Amino acid sequence: MTDYDALVIGGGHNGLVCATYLAKAGKKVVVLEARDTLGGCASTREFTPGFKVSDCAQWLHQLAPQIIKDLKLEQYGLAYSARNLPTIALGQDGSHLTLAGNVVNGAGISSSDQAAYKTFHHKMLKYANLLRKAYQRRPPKLVDSNWADRLTLVKLGLGMKFMGRDDMSDFMRIILINIYDLMKESFDNPLLQGAVSVDAVLGTAMGPRSPNTVFTYLHRLVGATYGYQGVSQVTGGMGMIGQALAGSAQNEGVDIRATAKVANINLDGSCVEGVTLENGERVNAPLVISNVDPVTTFTSLLGLQNIETGMARRVSQIRNNSGTAKLHLALNDLPQFTGLTDEQLGHRLIIAPDMNYIERAFNPIKYRECCSAPVLDISISSVNDSTLTSPGKHVLSALVQYAPYSPVGGWHQHKQAFTNVVIDLISQYAPGLRTQIVASELCTPADLEQDYGMTGGQWHHGELTMDQVLMMRPFPGCSQYASAVDGLFLCGAGTHPGGNVMGLAGSNAAAEVIKRGNPT
Amino acid sequence: MSDVSSDTMMLETPFHSRIEPLCGLNDWGNWMGYTTPNAYFDVELEYFAIRSTTGVFDLSPMNKYRITGPDAEAYLNRMMTRDISRIGTNRVGYAIWCDDAGQLLDDGTIFHLGKNDYRLCAYRRATDWLHWCALGFDVSIVDETDAIAGLAVQGPTSCSTLIAMGLTGLENLKPFGMQNYDFEGETLMVSRTGFTGDLGYEAWITPSKAEHLWDRLFEAGKQFLIKPIGSYALDIARIETGFIQAGVDFVSSEEVIRHGRSRSPFELGLHWLVDFKKPLFNGRKALLAEHQQGSRYRFALLDVDGNKPADHSFILKGDKQVGTVTSAAWCPTAKSNLAFAQIEMPHGAVGDQYIAEIYYQRELHWTRVLAPCTVIDGPIFNPSRRRKTPAVAF
Repeated sequence: MTDYDALVIGGGHNGLVCATYLAKAGKKVVVLEARDTLGGCASTREFTPGFKVSDCAQWLHQLAPQIIKDLKLEQYGLAYSARNLPTIALGQDGSHLTLAGNVVNGAGISSSDQAAYKTFHHKMLKYANLLRKAYQRRPPKLVDSNWADRLTLVKLGLGMKFMGRDDMSDFMRIILINIYDLMKESFDNPLLQGAVSVDAVLGTAMGPRSPNTVFTYLHRLVGATYGYQGVSQVTGGMGMIGQALAGSAQNEGVDIRATAKVANINLDGSCVEGVTLENGERVNAPLVISNVDPVTTFTSLLGLQNIETGMARRVSQIRNNSGTAKLHLALNDLPQFTGLTDEQLGHRLIIAPDMNYIERAFNPIKYRECCSAPVLDISISSVNDSTLTSPGKHVLSALVQYAPYSPVGGWHQHKQAFTNVVIDLISQYAPGLRTQIVASELCTPADLEQDYGMTGGQWHHGELTMDQVLMMRPFPGCSQYASAVDGLFLCGAGTHPGGNVMGLAGSNAAAEVIKRGNPT
Repeated sequence: MSDVSSDTMMLETPFHSRIEPLCGLNDWGNWMGYTTPNAYFDVELEYFAIRSTTGVFDLSPMNKYRITGPDAEAYLNRMMTRDISRIGTNRVGYAIWCDDAGQLLDDGTIFHLGKNDYRLCAYRRATDWLHWCALGFDVSIVDETDAIAGLAVQGPTSCSTLIAMGLTGLENLKPFGMQNYDFEGETLMVSRTGFTGDLGYEAWITPSKAEHLWDRLFEAGKQFLIKPIGSYALDIARIETGFIQAGVDFVSSEEVIRHGRSRSPFELGLHWLVDFKKPLFNGRKALLAEHQQGSRYRFALLDVDGNKPADHSFILKGDKQVGTVTSAAWCPTAKSNLAFAQIEMPHGAVGDQYIAEIYYQRELHWTRVLAPCTVIDGPIFNPSRRRKTPAVAF
């Protein structure tokens, strides 16, 4: 018995996007979400009474405009409390650096650095544009490719060629190197070097000197090619994206079931048949599309014993280390940061005074230890959005880069001390913060893994490195959303083009499912 | 076991002290790191021991893996192309295994020792692949290569020899069956298996009893004209009966460097070992596609005119090369010049006639023979004594 044409596991943003496009194409679709809210990492949560926070992703800077338009997300509640916010790199002496678009000011920045940043920004956007084009369609296969795949490759090649000889050769030169070296050759100002490096390493388990960090920087910059000038803040928190997507999906006829955790993907012979929920209920569909990360999908839901060895081996080799935790503070007053106006408190605040600081924060996680001075990406979201807490009160959230996934001795031994490290660090820039704290919460990578079902707590469902992008994402032989198991597809951040709240994995997957037609 | 001999880098098998004095030709080969005789005294006489009396071959270097645990059967069933559940307890099955692309990794025999208790004998070292295959399964994999010594006892008088050594009732053991005997307080496991296509057995024992086993076997076999045989004689016997050999008739897909040089089971005539009724096994999807779309090559057993073995020959259809020979031998009992060839599809059907381009040298003079050959069906040597139970006594 078939209940639906297609079944999507996981109501994160990619799952909802995929489901809605499938429904638009006339399919009867159900989305099964383990949590009680939709949106996955685009989530808002009242972490302590009276204080709501975007509890995983905190900024919007990459959601594809085509998806916002196609799914009419603004009609379903997507609104911005602030758009195109500048990034402020906090200086330890109270002299800060502000980055807005291609303009950088403050902190004694030299005019040559200002000019260099304009040139740098222009060039990086050009390169990010190349990625943007590749991100909008399925990645090409290299072996056994068809005409569509070859056309994609030709377009990629021509795109590089059309940048001109100098830009093309520079692109080839830097694409595999690290952000540290690129910063050293581009700028002198340590705050500027640090701020750009943060964008290259956020959400990864890589430091500025790690190879591949220029690529991750360009990945983040793809959002800028969509017109995002800096980050934006969603009214009501990132969870409103989940709600808007769910509203759009339901309007297209998608059935959405929350607190419906999938325990198993069921097989009938060599084809998928549907899923069994944790409560034992079976839901059948000839197409199962998993928005869950590939490791969880194949290891826990399907079982490695149910796929062929070569594929099981690939799954076991996916690298999904994380280095990112999340701090939430409930505050009874607006914190005062040395050298910042009240309005600037609503901007994106970065603590990463220089690149060596970032590298030193990174070093301990290699040995499963906590650092004593982490890198922070801070959002005091209540400054721009009064719906998150009551008047006069505030919420601060911070991405904490770096935190180990599993520190030696276990998180229970380290969590309180590390929370204090982070709060003390912010207090250096915002004296008096401690007295304002009503409640605090640290979500470690292990917590994020638990709460959002992401293996390793990895935002991107698999590190965004050259061995795991494009036709190698999540692994060769599984890169065009379809898996080797008949009827089983992937649509999450673990597939091309990867993570951040972008939605393209979901829409590309839907296009592929539709293109392949109904299973026979 | 695994003693390294004093004057070479090679490992010695547990039978080495007995083999060395018998190896009059001093012709040794390297079998997976072990020094083993290519020939003892005369290849043809050794071959005729297999076909007329009893030949004894030391197969200790064969890689042996013990696979146990709650998922052992399920594990092997996912790994192998055939249905393992059809190999009964105390039975042995020939099996092949492929990668995800449906390309052959190796072949071997599976000994079903008990519930979820198996021994896999493989031509290649397989530890890494066996462990990759274990992802998702509750199994234990132990390399027993060094822990078990083995002798193949093959030929028409083999059963009589082993009975004379004290293995009462062995004549009732069916082909591919196995049976345990007490041997000086240790277990001697005997299986009715072999690589010669004749009546024959393989005997497996702990290395500390290996020399005693050899001594008692040769003592008991004296009246039945028992002889040790080397790998050259065995090679003729296995070609005569149509057995392919890993590393010779196909290259394991894990060792292949050049694209397209690996082979699928269908391309080696092993259709009968691929069971699509199983919903999952390594290579199933790729093999199903090949089954529907056709293979690149066909395995052909060729009967070649003349008596020059068609080693490494090109197979021609008119002027066009359509295949190459992987194994060839003049087979004395079959009185045939046989060759195994890989023929490009759609050529190679039974009854098709081709030309084997054979090169051979006499006194520094190379000669080319264009020998007509015919694709034949099935092995030429296939005596009824191979299958008869009780085994025919001599």
